[in-house]
Amino acid sequence: MATDSASATDRGALARIRGRLEGPNTIGNSRGFWLGFAVAVLALAAFPVVGSGESFSLFLVLALLGLSLSLVWGYSGVLSFGQVVFFGVGGYTFGVVSINFPDATGITAAAIAGVVGGGVAAALLGYFMFYGGVRDVYVTIITLVTTMAMHTFMAQTAGSEWTIGEAPLGGFNGMPGIPLLELGIEGVASFQFVYNEMSLLGLFAFDPFYYLALALLLVTYLGLRVLVNSDFGRVMVAVREDQDRTQMFGYDVKRIKLLTFTLGGALAALSGVLYAARNVYISPPVFALWFATLPVIWVSVGGRKSLLGAVIATIAIEYFRLSVQGEMALVVLGAMLLVFILALPGGIVPWVAGKLSGSAVPVSELDDADAPGEVSES
Amino acid sequence: MSSETERSEVSKQASGETASSDAERSEASGSASDPASDPNVRETPAGKATGDRTDTLLQTDNLVKRFGGFTATDSVDFSVDEGELRCLIGPNGAGKSTLLKLIVGTLEPTAGHVYYDGQEITDMEPNERVQSGISMKFQVPSVYGDLSVRENARLPVQQLADGAERRRRVDEAIENAGLAGYEEVQASTLSHGQQQQLEIGMAASLDPDLLLLDEPVAGLSVDERTEIAERIRRLNREEGIAFIVIEHDTDFVGEIADSVTVLHRGDVFREGSIEEIESDPEVRRIYLGGEQ
Repeated sequence: MATDSASATDRGALARIRGRLEGPNTIGNSRGFWLGFAVAVLALAAFPVVGSGESFSLFLVLALLGLSLSLVWGYSGVLSFGQVVFFGVGGYTFGVVSINFPDATGITAAAIAGVVGGGVAAALLGYFMFYGGVRDVYVTIITLVTTMAMHTFMAQTAGSEWTIGEAPLGGFNGMPGIPLLELGIEGVASFQFVYNEMSLLGLFAFDPFYYLALALLLVTYLGLRVLVNSDFGRVMVAVREDQDRTQMFGYDVKRIKLLTFTLGGALAALSGVLYAARNVYISPPVFALWFATLPVIWVSVGGRKSLLGAVIATIAIEYFRLSVQGEMALVVLGAMLLVFILALPGGIVPWVAGKLSGSAVPVSELDDADAPGEVSES
Repeated sequence: MSSETERSEVSKQASGETASSDAERSEASGSASDPASDPNVRETPAGKATGDRTDTLLQTDNLVKRFGGFTATDSVDFSVDEGELRCLIGPNGAGKSTLLKLIVGTLEPTAGHVYYDGQEITDMEPNERVQSGISMKFQVPSVYGDLSVRENARLPVQQLADGAERRRRVDEAIENAGLAGYEEVQASTLSHGQQQQLEIGMAASLDPDLLLLDEPVAGLSVDERTEIAERIRRLNREEGIAFIVIEHDTDFVGEIADSVTVLHRGDVFREGSIEEIESDPEVRRIYLGGEQ
């Protein structure tokens, strides 16, 4: 009996967790999905054994950037070309702080500072936009211009006057010499997340940075699922669908957009911190126009209203882009964006999910003759 | 004629059952002229109301809205009492929708003031006005098309209740909209009438004290009109919600209204009972001359 009740409470807890992760705002609300999800996570965890986690960890890091745009654009309807601004601010902040304090404590603080810095940058930009009455396509334009301004600004920081403490910003050459990512407290407990493989007990190759990126991506994805399926998520979606109507239900739309934009900025900055830590280097091209466009392509192709779509498309497209290399890849991506906007504006992942689960909306019910409101005027 | 007797029954019941303003209400609906047309009440902002017979819920003072050279509302002094069911009629372009938008705050007035529940709300954001008890259904049904009926119904309710109480209220709102069994249906696939019903339900589920409806029965069938008229009367009678309803259809207005305000060229032209308004030759003239 005792074990029975214990397993019952276990089931209860599991069902509660599932309940929070599932809802109309995410794809994958079935047992089958979670089974597939577990298999995919295990496959990703096992991947470095067969393939090279070294380059794959980059895709996982960029998937966080994709998620940040999916949250901001797909869920609250703010098309931002500025996610790379917060990505870059995160990366540069991490670089400056970690170069000045290159021990475990300092690097940990640098990572936190990077995320906070990106969040603050997003909050500032968001405040002036949303409380200044900027809406719709003008938000897109302002974020795009911000990206270009950052690119121009960072590219001219070559002089020695652009040195913060020990860290030269380096102009177009970028900022080299960012220390390896070592998290913890110096002298107490710390671990260095090197991005190349190291042998664990001589049995198999082990890539600490890859697993850190995978864990952060997993936690972020699940956390965002909880968020978008929460009451706040419902309001975000309502703002996306019709902000004036949502205001008339008593919601402070500006505040909601600002909160989402700030969270999206912090998330992009987390991606930027990991990017800078992985490459031990960051340079102004992270603010370049083509790089600013990439998240929009990932999220459009994957399905902007789908967190899962953003992750899958980011990994797939970046895998493609880096294996093809060069300008050709960008041409293909541009064509891909056009094709998807014209032919499959919802993105590929929601489309596939719709095919798998049959028609999502039981439209046939509407033909019910007893339906209220169907009575004809006589 | 049948609609008139029905209406007077309604107003009797309303005066008996509205908890907040029972005594005043019976006196108000009993008296021949509407209290809102009493100059004492009309000219004074609600906070300093000298009208001792009724509690003024909403008051506009000299409200002006100009769009460039066009004056949409011209020094409108308009008031609604607690628990009152007021209809707003007038030819196209009379400023009805503009007045509603000024009250709810989606438009800013060029001049003048709006008072609600004794406080000036002229500079309040719309969402703050909603929080303080004003709710509105727009002219075009604007439910969230991509969301299910249940998600639509949850959105306003989630601010007020959690857990089982929330579920109960959501189910109740869906039930009252006549949409039981349609919970998981995408709202954009509902008929026009169902969307109107759902939206009225969503606006009413905020527990407002004042509900503004802009043409709630435009384009609906006779049966749907009857349903919505009954619903408005029930909300007014049972929950004491005051209404301002814009409607062109005088039959519908006669069916529901305690009193009627006629707007013409941006200002209040007449106020009174539907009988008074319908028999007024001047009102007939502006309708015939202005629109048809």
